[in-house]
Amino acid sequence: MSTPLLELRNVTKVYGGGFLRRGPVTVALQDFNLTLYEQPAKIITIAGESGSGKTTLANLILGFIKPTAGHILYRGQDIHRMNRHQRLQYRREVQAVFQDPYEVYNPFYRVKHIFDMAIRNFQLARSREESRALIEEALNVVGLRAEEVLEKYPHQLSGGQRQRMMVARAFLLKPRLIVADEPVSMVDASLRAMILDIMMRLRDEHQISFLYITHDLSTAYQIGDEIYILYQGTVAECGDTVTVIEHPKHPYVQLLINAIPVPDPDVRWGEDQVITLDDEEMRTSIHSGCRFYPRCRHRMAHCQHTRPPLYRVGENHYVTCFLYEEQPTPAPLAEGADVKD
Amino acid sequence: MNATPTFPASSPAPPNGQRDDVVLRVEHLKVYYATPQGDVHAVDDVSFEVYRGEILGLVGESGCGKTTTAMAILRLVQPPGRIVGGHIWLDGIDLVRLSERELRRLRWDKISLIPQGAMNSLNPVLRVGEQIRDVIEDHEGRQPRKALKERILHLLHLVGLPSRVYNLYPHELSGGMKQRVCIAMAIALNPILIIADEPTSALDVVVQRVVAETLLRVKEELGISIILIGHDMGLMAQLADRVAVMYAGHLVEIAPVRPLFKTPLHPYTQLLIESIPSIKERKPLKLTEGLTHDLRNPPPGCIFQFRCPHVTEGCRTRRPMLQDVHPGHRVACFLYHEAVASGGTSPQR
Repeated sequence: MSTPLLELRNVTKVYGGGFLRRGPVTVALQDFNLTLYEQPAKIITIAGESGSGKTTLANLILGFIKPTAGHILYRGQDIHRMNRHQRLQYRREVQAVFQDPYEVYNPFYRVKHIFDMAIRNFQLARSREESRALIEEALNVVGLRAEEVLEKYPHQLSGGQRQRMMVARAFLLKPRLIVADEPVSMVDASLRAMILDIMMRLRDEHQISFLYITHDLSTAYQIGDEIYILYQGTVAECGDTVTVIEHPKHPYVQLLINAIPVPDPDVRWGEDQVITLDDEEMRTSIHSGCRFYPRCRHRMAHCQHTRPPLYRVGENHYVTCFLYEEQPTPAPLAEGADVKD
Repeated sequence: MNATPTFPASSPAPPNGQRDDVVLRVEHLKVYYATPQGDVHAVDDVSFEVYRGEILGLVGESGCGKTTTAMAILRLVQPPGRIVGGHIWLDGIDLVRLSERELRRLRWDKISLIPQGAMNSLNPVLRVGEQIRDVIEDHEGRQPRKALKERILHLLHLVGLPSRVYNLYPHELSGGMKQRVCIAMAIALNPILIIADEPTSALDVVVQRVVAETLLRVKEELGISIILIGHDMGLMAQLADRVAVMYAGHLVEIAPVRPLFKTPLHPYTQLLIESIPSIKERKPLKLTEGLTHDLRNPPPGCIFQFRCPHVTEGCRTRRPMLQDVHPGHRVACFLYHEAVASGGTSPQR
């Protein structure tokens, strides 16, 4: 496969600092690169805390906002320079599922409406029977029965049902990529597994890739193929999900993973005091140097002024941290052992 | 349907109490919400105790009645909700019977609340120091400025905030700092009980950990009891001393945190623990079928019967009561009650 399905080249998004208002600028996303091929389909996780730029990234890929610099290519074509045909294809093949399954429905319409709209917009069916068959197929994929849900109003459905309906609507259009922005953060534990399972099935059985945007590393660990962990708009660490989460290299990612509460009363968190309070709370606006500098335990003099590039530390494992400057090889590192708690 | 609350109102004495350090005793609490289609049984015959200096976790999925239980303890249930029956004993006083006037004195003084999204409950036009001062003076009357400021600075110090926060406005603080200001306000009047409703749910994991550790420190240094409401089982394992599990308005299991996580008894608790996504090992997702019943119309028999993998005929007609299976480990499930009744060894332990 020569042309990637989706390619992000040095994408940067800066908010503020306009022509008249010379206020401070916020760099929401900086020099972000990502390449996704149509085959094999993958679940790519974009993780990070609030303000890390993950939703900005979703909005950029969906074309809601334009990058300040860099290019977003879909099948080799810049999404902001598409002709009508290309745009239609892109709009159909890239679908979105959002966080809040309560806000995306119009309460005045029966839920059938969202499927009818999609079918009409993209002229997917020539007859009523054909459209009904399409809808039923999509609902079956997410484990819902058409006769049980289609004639209902949104308020008559549970949160889990609504979220599955949104996945079904996305699936109806036979997309190649679904951008899922925190799809499970508002549903209960028992339904969370069901939605994650649907994502995995769509990947395996229908070759649909996902951009799974989340702050929850544990669900990413369970289903994701690749992961990008963002910190204040920059990639801290990326690569194979299992490798990154089991052997985090970046001091921030180590801090993040140590902070996840373990569901075992005998495994206490917090033996290591990794957090320096004041610094941790302060949102910094350093533009040169490493974004994590104010909170980093391993900071060195040049981290303040030079931004670390992406260093390769293993098979499909990259870190932006000068600690790994000397070792471009995947061998177990002396420094790495020192860094791990 | 269940035992009606018939305990004499004048006596707060425990019917079968073994421990004398009970801070709060909830007995057969029922809270219903009126809807045109009939009452929603949001909290149905819930009984539990909170001991001195412990964190009691209250868990369950959304809509299971955990927040309603907390609001009932504070007598803050809003119409169309109402407390239908039961008692809430705090320090020998039945909160259910108090007048609004008496309640106003009691809230903050004895029980305080860290509400859901507490950080948005701060007054945006008052400095942090002034807000805490208001809370104190409202209940204790006017006080010398200097001593009061000392006291507030001490409170800020207790929750791990620097002194300069005293002079800052809420918008100058991060979410985690605001949340800790709320904790400082909650402990300002030395209450005996704090109700913390998902105190960390809107925070990032690193900040969540800082706030959670603040709660732990407050509990340890001041000996305050905390009812911690939440659905994050990982957080519960780290923070709670005991955990109470609610399902569809009912308390189905209550136990010290270790046995609850190591040998959960109720099928719903088992499901809850199995469905925690792990960060340590990659395993197949645990899928479950079935939906919760309509809360307006609870089925006869066990409330978990539609989703339970071990359901029997008996479960459809009789409702299991919360019973001791091991000392301090109570569960509402016939799987264990028969073992207890027949004197046999109970499963899984």
